[in-house]
Amino acid sequence: MKLVVAAIKPFKLEDVKESLEGLGIQGMTVSDARGYGRQKGHTEVYRGAEYQVDFIPKLRLEVVVDDDQVDEVVKAITDGAGTGTIGDGKIWVVPVEQIVRIRTGEKGSDAL
Amino acid sequence: MDTGDTAFILVSTALVMFMTPGLALFYGGMVRAKNVLGTIMQSFFALGIISVLWVLVGYTLSFGPDKGGLIGSLEWLGFSGVGQEPNADLAATIPHILFATFQMMFAVITPALITGAFAERIKFSGYVAFMAGWLLLVYAPVAHWVWAPGGWIRELGALDFAGGTVVHINAGIAALAVILVVGKRRGFGKEAMIPHNLAMTILGTGVLWFGWFGFNAGSALGANGLAASAFLATNLGAAAGALGWAIVDATKEKRSTSLGIASGAVAGLVAITPAAGFVGPAAAIAIGLGGGIVCAWAVGLKFRLGYDDSLDVVGVHMVGGIVGALLTGVFADAAINSAGVDGLFAGGGAALLGKQFIAVGVTLVYSFAMTFGLAKAIDAVIGLRVTEEEEITGLDLTQHSEAGYVFGEGSGGIAHPAPAPGATPVAVPHGAAITEGGNVR
Repeated sequence: MKLVVAAIKPFKLEDVKESLEGLGIQGMTVSDARGYGRQKGHTEVYRGAEYQVDFIPKLRLEVVVDDDQVDEVVKAITDGAGTGTIGDGKIWVVPVEQIVRIRTGEKGSDAL
Repeated sequence: MDTGDTAFILVSTALVMFMTPGLALFYGGMVRAKNVLGTIMQSFFALGIISVLWVLVGYTLSFGPDKGGLIGSLEWLGFSGVGQEPNADLAATIPHILFATFQMMFAVITPALITGAFAERIKFSGYVAFMAGWLLLVYAPVAHWVWAPGGWIRELGALDFAGGTVVHINAGIAALAVILVVGKRRGFGKEAMIPHNLAMTILGTGVLWFGWFGFNAGSALGANGLAASAFLATNLGAAAGALGWAIVDATKEKRSTSLGIASGAVAGLVAITPAAGFVGPAAAIAIGLGGGIVCAWAVGLKFRLGYDDSLDVVGVHMVGGIVGALLTGVFADAAINSAGVDGLFAGGGAALLGKQFIAVGVTLVYSFAMTFGLAKAIDAVIGLRVTEEEEITGLDLTQHSEAGYVFGEGSGGIAHPAPAPGATPVAVPHGAAITEGGNVR
């Protein structure tokens, strides 16, 4: 199993969710995050004083999938979150040792 | 006594009272989230401190029977002799007690204005002492000079319809004096100190604008044509101020900002305050525009000169107040108000302008010197500034043991109800019940 993590633009969440649901993905976790990459931040102006704001709002999306689904899930997120402009975000994939459904105690792929 | 006038000033008094919570929102939105309650309290609690002090001693010092043009006598201590009958010298058609209460609301908001300058770094105890001391040592004498019968600036013939000098210049220069004693916030000029909720600030601006009708139109002390004229001038001052600041923003920053428009409205209101009852609509627009444009420039001075006026009290109230006081000398028109005189553009020559200069200069010098001394004294005796750790943690938790924003379930803390009589109090580690596992930001 793999954990697919993506930092995406907040307003693209619905598109990403739809394309993941199209693959039959059963659930995901989303949290508010702030960050920057090559895009860097933006400038804010308050009463004529300019501030460079480095960290800008993103959503951090996490979904655990079977190994054979990883490629299509990554593609679904890429399609859903992409706008073609700078700041679209990143996806990274990490191995998962174990997963347990708390209610039933099921483990591994059965718990997905 | 006139029932129409009385009804109008009763309502105006309530309108001016409402400005202080409006100011609390205006300032509260501009600070960082960890200081929102502390900042709101510094405006809001002025209603508590000053209302009481005003009745006890503030009013008689300000408006009591004149002593040498400098101060009121103690004859009306505790509002004794301030009754339901009008006082012909102060306001002939409304109860004396109503005039005194109307003035109470001005006395409340003036020191509250100063608090924006030292926002985010002041001890609550030091703040309370400062408010009380400032009312008696600075506000009361200046209000007496400018407004009370026999006061020397009033006798000189300088004009201040609703408080450009007494309220705004006075508070603005005092703000400069006190921040020179208190010093800069940690990280000023290096860290971004970004307003945490400008929607709150804009709502506060709206409340201020609304309340200002009581402040300016109410200063006619009657429900009459002059009040209507001042009412319109007030709205035009705010509108043109917002316009002026927006133009500066759009020129300099290539876009207009909501904080700029809110600040411009307040700057325009400040500028029109001394002139509201002496000028017509065209002059009101000119004065508001002048206030908005000049203040938009003046708020940048703190970075160049290196003083930390957190929320721009100097740049908006002192500078806007001076713009308004001097332009009153230019635009005042005796045709609008027979109690006024003609200014420069109304054919009255430079005489009024000269008197306006004197009133402004004397207020700047007196208020700065007294406030600086008062702040030094309070700093030495009880301390004005919070510790470094308290400043970093924020005023809300360290000064009030509260959080302005609690997210999620608001849980994470364990309730420690007050112990029953005779029971041993539960020891709570400092701050632990509030912050541990909670969502306090």
